[in-house]
Amino acid sequence: MTTVYEAVIGLEVHVQLDTHSKIFCACSTKFGSEPNANTCPVCLGLPGSLPVLNGQALHLAVKVGIALNCEISKRLKFDRKNYFYPDLPKAYQISQFDQPVNGAGWLLIETRSEDGSWKEKKIGIHRAHLEEDAGKLLHEGIEGASLVDFNRAGVPLLEIVSDPDLSSPEEAYAYLTSLKAILQYLEVSDCNMEEGSLRCDANVSIRKRGDKNLGTKTEIKNLNSFKNVQRAIQYEIERQTELVEGGGRVIQETRLWNDVKAQTFVMRSKEQAHDYRYFPEPDLVPLTIESAAIEAIRKELPELPAAKAARFRKDYGLGDYDASVLVQEKALAAYFEQAIKAHANAKMISNWMQSELLALLNSKKLAIQSSPVSAQALAGLVALIESGTISGKIAKDVLPVMFETGQTAQEVVREKGWVQVTDESLIETIADKIIADNSQSVQDYRAGKKQALGFLVGQMMKASQGKVNPKLANEVLARKIGV
Amino acid sequence: MSFEIEKVAELARIRLTPDEKNKLQSDLGAILGYVEKLKSVDTSQVSETSHVMDLTNVFREDKVLPSDVSAAVLRAAPDRDGKFFRVPKTVER
Repeated sequence: MTTVYEAVIGLEVHVQLDTHSKIFCACSTKFGSEPNANTCPVCLGLPGSLPVLNGQALHLAVKVGIALNCEISKRLKFDRKNYFYPDLPKAYQISQFDQPVNGAGWLLIETRSEDGSWKEKKIGIHRAHLEEDAGKLLHEGIEGASLVDFNRAGVPLLEIVSDPDLSSPEEAYAYLTSLKAILQYLEVSDCNMEEGSLRCDANVSIRKRGDKNLGTKTEIKNLNSFKNVQRAIQYEIERQTELVEGGGRVIQETRLWNDVKAQTFVMRSKEQAHDYRYFPEPDLVPLTIESAAIEAIRKELPELPAAKAARFRKDYGLGDYDASVLVQEKALAAYFEQAIKAHANAKMISNWMQSELLALLNSKKLAIQSSPVSAQALAGLVALIESGTISGKIAKDVLPVMFETGQTAQEVVREKGWVQVTDESLIETIADKIIADNSQSVQDYRAGKKQALGFLVGQMMKASQGKVNPKLANEVLARKIGV
Repeated sequence: MSFEIEKVAELARIRLTPDEKNKLQSDLGAILGYVEKLKSVDTSQVSETSHVMDLTNVFREDKVLPSDVSAAVLRAAPDRDGKFFRVPKTVER
């Protein structure tokens, strides 16, 4: 993108609230049931049936609202959103129009600036309202017809609409990561994108840098991962920029992201806004939420990612990046805190978690909760490195064995005989041999070439299969060569 | 009471002949005109309401209760395919 234009991005996230039963009836919300197994007269829209609000859905929605610093409505109601599409048996969706449960709020994201430092940015939340999900239509391979499964119809959703405060694909990605972390900390949703519990649409427009007016936006749908949200926005910014620079104009339309072609394609033109003819849902009574109830829910809130990251920086001296990686998942943060309780070296534990442990877990597609190496065991490994029993290099061999066998670091080191050599007479013997075999480097060092010593220490490590304590090797060599 | 009969027909997905259009225009106009009378009522002392019954905060407990209607509804549906409802292919617009 040329610097003449800037992007303006807003995201709409639909998150499935984790309830047992649907929002307006007692059908199960379980994923993967047989088609239409979880349906009843209410969610099938049969005449005479009446919806009743699931109190837990409202409770979870308020919880999210508080965490996103939203103004929680004291009075709210539901409305009918009318449209014709066979994914809705009633020909309307019960949603919220002018009295959403959560009004304006904000959340913080962290993005890397051009100089590589991390900076915080406040992204406005426009609103977050409750609504029922629609059914699922299958079109593939069916001639002239569609098949309908209403299991999803009536599943509780919270639609979280951001302000158009995001200005790059990276910021959109950071927003989603941050939002997902909050939702998972709150335990209001499993946020599983593959099962549709988290869905995202992006509104993208461009304008001349410094321009106050918004350009014409397009809405991108069919985004099935955060990476694809980022890619699709990037593509769309480039497409719009090229269009405008070529003298054309952006048309307001809905576009679908095609993952394979890595492009967006027009789905339908939105020149005429939909006329949903919202009106109050007469089958549901209005609601009031007392301040006391909001305060009671506020007390239920756990420490949220941003607060936890701040605490990690302050109490454990972690850097911005390390702290933000560790708090992204509640379980990861919990693992870290358990580990440092067992051995208080936050920086080393953070490093070992982020580099070695996460790589091993990823390779086996395991979550941190199912790590074969417990937090205490990882702390034990770090303790062995710190006490000089093993070198960091050996530790990199120890961890995979711990991972495979579930043994502690001490058990692995003892069994394999990987204890670091700290016996000075043995180190001296090895040093003598290395000095004899590398006379050129010895001369170089004596001639003032300091890095030659590093090479000689390396040779000692090699000769001892990494078992020599590098600090001792350094001392012994320097003393023996003498300058 | 004036309104766009054609737009209303389009939103309701129905096609109207010119005769029907004229008839509905006057019928619906009369109904809307009648409802319009409500505007003359002084509501300055009445609080805003979205529901006729004096009820608030009616909730259901978050409990699953299976319903056994789905097989019967499927059987009664105009068309089906196994456990799916079958509908004419629809293009969203």
